[in-house]
Amino acid sequence: MSIETAIVFLPLLAFMIAFLFGKTIGDRGAQLVTCSALIVAAVLACVLFVDVIRDGNTRVTEVAQWVSSGSFVAGWTLRIDQLSTVMIAVITIVSSCVHVYSVGYMSHDKAQARFMAYLSLFTFAMLMLVTADNLLQLFFGWEGVGVASYLLIGFWNYKDTANKAAIKAFIVNRVGDFGLALGLMTCYVLFDTIQFDSIFDQVFGQKDTMFDFLGYQVHGLTLAALLLFMGAVGKSAQLGLHTWLPDAMEGPTPVSALIHAATMVTAGVFLVARFSPLFEFAPFALQVVCVLGGLTAVFAATIGMTQFDIKRVIAYSTMSQLGYMFFALGVSAYGAAMFHLMTHAFFKALLFLGAGSVIHAMSDEQDMRNMGGIYKKIPVTYVLMWIGSLALAGMPFFAGYYSKDMILEAAYADHTNFGMFAFWCGIIAAFLTAFYSWRLLIMTFHGKPRADDKVMSHVHESPAVMVVPLVVLAFGALFAGFFFYPGFVGEIRAEFWGESLRILPENDTVGAAHHVPQWVKLLPIFVGLGGIFMAYVCYLWKPSIPARCVAAFAPIHKLFFNKWFVDEAYDKIFVRPAFVLGSFFFKKGDGVIINAGGVDGLSNASDTVAKVLSRFQTGYVFHYVFVMVMGVLALLSWIVFRLGLN
Amino acid sequence: MIQSVDVFQDIKTAMPEVATAAFALWLLVFSAFKKHQAFAVASFLSCAFLVGIIVVCFGMFGQYDEPVVAFGGLYIQDYFSLSIKMLIALGTLISLIYVYFDMKQTQIGRFEAPVLMILSMLGMFFMVSAHDLLTLYVGLELQSLALYILASFNRHSYKAPEAGMKYFILGAIASGMLLFGMSFVYGFAGHTGFGVLEEVLNGTTYNVGLTVGLAFMLVGLAFKISAVPFHMWTPDVYQGAPASVTAFFAIVPKIAAICLIMRLLNGPFGGLQDQWVQIVYALSMASMVLGAFAGLVQTSIKRLLAYSSIGNIGYALMGIVAGGADGGASVVVYMTVYMIMTAGTFGVVLSLRKGGVAVEEIADFKGLSKTSPFHAYAMTLFMFSLSGIPPLAGFFGKLVVFKAAVDSGYIVLAVIGVLTSVVAAYYYLRIIKTMFFDEEDAGMDEIQIVPYAAQHGTLVATLAVVVGFCVVPAVLIEYAEVLVRSLF
Repeated sequence: MSIETAIVFLPLLAFMIAFLFGKTIGDRGAQLVTCSALIVAAVLACVLFVDVIRDGNTRVTEVAQWVSSGSFVAGWTLRIDQLSTVMIAVITIVSSCVHVYSVGYMSHDKAQARFMAYLSLFTFAMLMLVTADNLLQLFFGWEGVGVASYLLIGFWNYKDTANKAAIKAFIVNRVGDFGLALGLMTCYVLFDTIQFDSIFDQVFGQKDTMFDFLGYQVHGLTLAALLLFMGAVGKSAQLGLHTWLPDAMEGPTPVSALIHAATMVTAGVFLVARFSPLFEFAPFALQVVCVLGGLTAVFAATIGMTQFDIKRVIAYSTMSQLGYMFFALGVSAYGAAMFHLMTHAFFKALLFLGAGSVIHAMSDEQDMRNMGGIYKKIPVTYVLMWIGSLALAGMPFFAGYYSKDMILEAAYADHTNFGMFAFWCGIIAAFLTAFYSWRLLIMTFHGKPRADDKVMSHVHESPAVMVVPLVVLAFGALFAGFFFYPGFVGEIRAEFWGESLRILPENDTVGAAHHVPQWVKLLPIFVGLGGIFMAYVCYLWKPSIPARCVAAFAPIHKLFFNKWFVDEAYDKIFVRPAFVLGSFFFKKGDGVIINAGGVDGLSNASDTVAKVLSRFQTGYVFHYVFVMVMGVLALLSWIVFRLGLN
Repeated sequence: MIQSVDVFQDIKTAMPEVATAAFALWLLVFSAFKKHQAFAVASFLSCAFLVGIIVVCFGMFGQYDEPVVAFGGLYIQDYFSLSIKMLIALGTLISLIYVYFDMKQTQIGRFEAPVLMILSMLGMFFMVSAHDLLTLYVGLELQSLALYILASFNRHSYKAPEAGMKYFILGAIASGMLLFGMSFVYGFAGHTGFGVLEEVLNGTTYNVGLTVGLAFMLVGLAFKISAVPFHMWTPDVYQGAPASVTAFFAIVPKIAAICLIMRLLNGPFGGLQDQWVQIVYALSMASMVLGAFAGLVQTSIKRLLAYSSIGNIGYALMGIVAGGADGGASVVVYMTVYMIMTAGTFGVVLSLRKGGVAVEEIADFKGLSKTSPFHAYAMTLFMFSLSGIPPLAGFFGKLVVFKAAVDSGYIVLAVIGVLTSVVAAYYYLRIIKTMFFDEEDAGMDEIQIVPYAAQHGTLVATLAVVVGFCVVPAVLIEYAEVLVRSLF
């Protein structure tokens, strides 16, 4: 058994044991099994990382033949190249941290074994997704993480809001998945294969192929790229299909950290990076990615500024950071996007789990208006949250600084209108990010306690089982940027990424980013500092300012606070008409036509026929004879009718 | 075709019939003088004899590569007849086991029962080997007369004689129609032998008189297989007769009758195929539809199985409509499977006694899954098989019939067959629902399980066939194709 097989299947094994035998081995047993499996997987992933990245041992490992039908062959294979190895390392490390953290966080829950099982299932599906070597397996993993996400968002299934959020996440993702499925099919039609390698080798030959889509002749590669991107938009909560992500915070906090911050939501980024050979020949698609990413970054940050639920603030922050990654992809800075993905996974998981620690300390309080003044009581969490926020705001020498600056520089270095648009969006978002991050820190930890005495007397530092994973993640948030900078985006990036990313020479924005003017490099730091300063002014020194601002800019605040009314608009445009249509089909279509006329109608009719027929069975012999004679007459008539008299 | 030359060869050729006739007569005399335990001894001897007959038929198998005609063309022996006789003897054996234990419990057992069953079987043997209209008629009547008596065997009940009487009167009318039809055919061809009829009728142009004769003959035979609209006797007789006798009715005679129809239609009337297809088509469709729908409202398990048998005959007739070796083979497979399934179903019914008598009402099955899980699960499998659910035997039976019909272009008939089997599935599955999901009524009489190992052994054997058929379905199907070839 090779090392990659072990990494992928350990979580599956853990899931099966915890899920099927959770009752037998108990909560403690399930936690032990899943956590140890994930930790082993994480260690192995580090070994694999060294093996692949340093020694360049990329490979494809076949697990089993999956589909073999005529010329259509699809294997169940693990594609181990630099891109997937980076993802594997991030997934397993964050996932093992979250697993261990969950042992403490979920300690009062009734279904801990099930929770651990779902976490492991998610990890397996995510690993399936990133190790896919063909479109089918990619889709399998993609849908697998969707299911796991659904199960985990709705984990507290006694809460109505959790169920609704789970369904919402699933349905909104269906919209994106619809595009993804079409994109995969388009690839299959264009390239007549679902293997990644042969697709990427054929891209150049197909760069001018036109494709008949909905009656229009469109550029084949652009169409495929845009459809794939539609899937990414859904999964990565980009503008348009983002509404599920904030609601997904109904799930337990470890879930938010693992799935809705560090890994699953970055699947879209991974997808685009994986298909970089294709996107490179679809410039229009790249422009769309770029603009949408830039818009998302600002849009989400404006909302994050006004929210009061601690998890929602971080959720909008996640969305905003994903926007950064996408506009990096849009300017062909795939390495930079992956870099930010990696650093973001660490510091955002840290922030989420830190928030979880706060919530845990505050007796499940999530509203920041009811917090404050607790930094002395939970100093470790406080420090860790600071580290996460500094990294998020892109302060120098923290992880986020390297990746975020690289993205902004690459966008600037693109020297197109789209790149510049994204650059300025990124700068605005950087200011807002710093602002809401310190707003969060100040409201949560500083000022006067706003919680009641009972809650305040309970405030306590989290147990070691929760703090240790946070420390591990904090290490990532501190050093991942500095340490991996040369590989992901620096001088040795070509050797680092090998064949897994393909960038046209004229699109090498990461290279050009090293030669941008000095002010471009410094601007993000200054706007970040500005944001932090503004937050201190508004929330610590002059707490009356926010209220006055809200009053002065009431319409704008209302817009931001209500999330630009996207949910309301979707509700009006899509949800309500769908319900009306659904209830029409349910009541009239199903009830009246199919049920009354079809199912029930047929069975009632059968009953009637049966009753009529049994009425013939009178028990009188002469009736029976009569029927026989009539039968003979009918038969003879039938013959004469069919064959004639002559 | 080989012509038998002297009377010894005649007897040798007709060995199963000669032996059966001799045994039946000897048994009658022997038992009449036996003072004690006559019923038990006669039953046991009959069982032993039936096993012997199966062995004899099996031993004769190798000598009849070529059909042999004996008794001056009245009688034919071939692969087909020998195989079907083994099947009939097996069915009679199973029925006899049921009859013995059933009558022992209800205390109506008399040695005439096995004798009559053997005689009835003799009639069926002649039907299967008939090579002349007269042999056909004599065989049919012998079989029927024994059945009339068996139906009214329980003289203490008012229902049984009523059933026997109805059966007799209606059967007499059907025989009249059969004879009437034969006279038409004789009038046209001037002969009653199958060989001559085949020569004369092959290539004749359409003749109304001949076709009317054919129609009347088919009506007479349709009565025996209880095809709609000549089925009216079936529910009443099934319900009135003792349960084990009903099992005999359901299991055996129909095989003989349907095989007789196959020989008749493919041999002498083979040239009139486009005419008899019209009739059989109508009978098939009507039987499937009525069997499915009329069964829906039944509350008696015996009446339900009566309608089930009516419906199943419709499917078998579909195989005859399809024609050719494939169609013929499908009929043989279908009837074999049907025989086993029905035998098993009756085995369950007869194992459950209420006040000594086999259960009558479907409601008696309530809560069976708790009181006797083995019988509940066995019944479940038989019901699934009867509704044609894979991988049980009943599925393959239906599959071959539908396939033959579709291959011959009778798609409408096949579709109707599929649809009616959906309707019929309702009443089969309802029994399962009753057993597993309905609570026992308070104060319901206790259901006793019979203690007899032989009966349970039979039940287990049929169950094994129904479940194990899917392992080697091709064997029986290919074998059936081989043996129906001797019909053409």
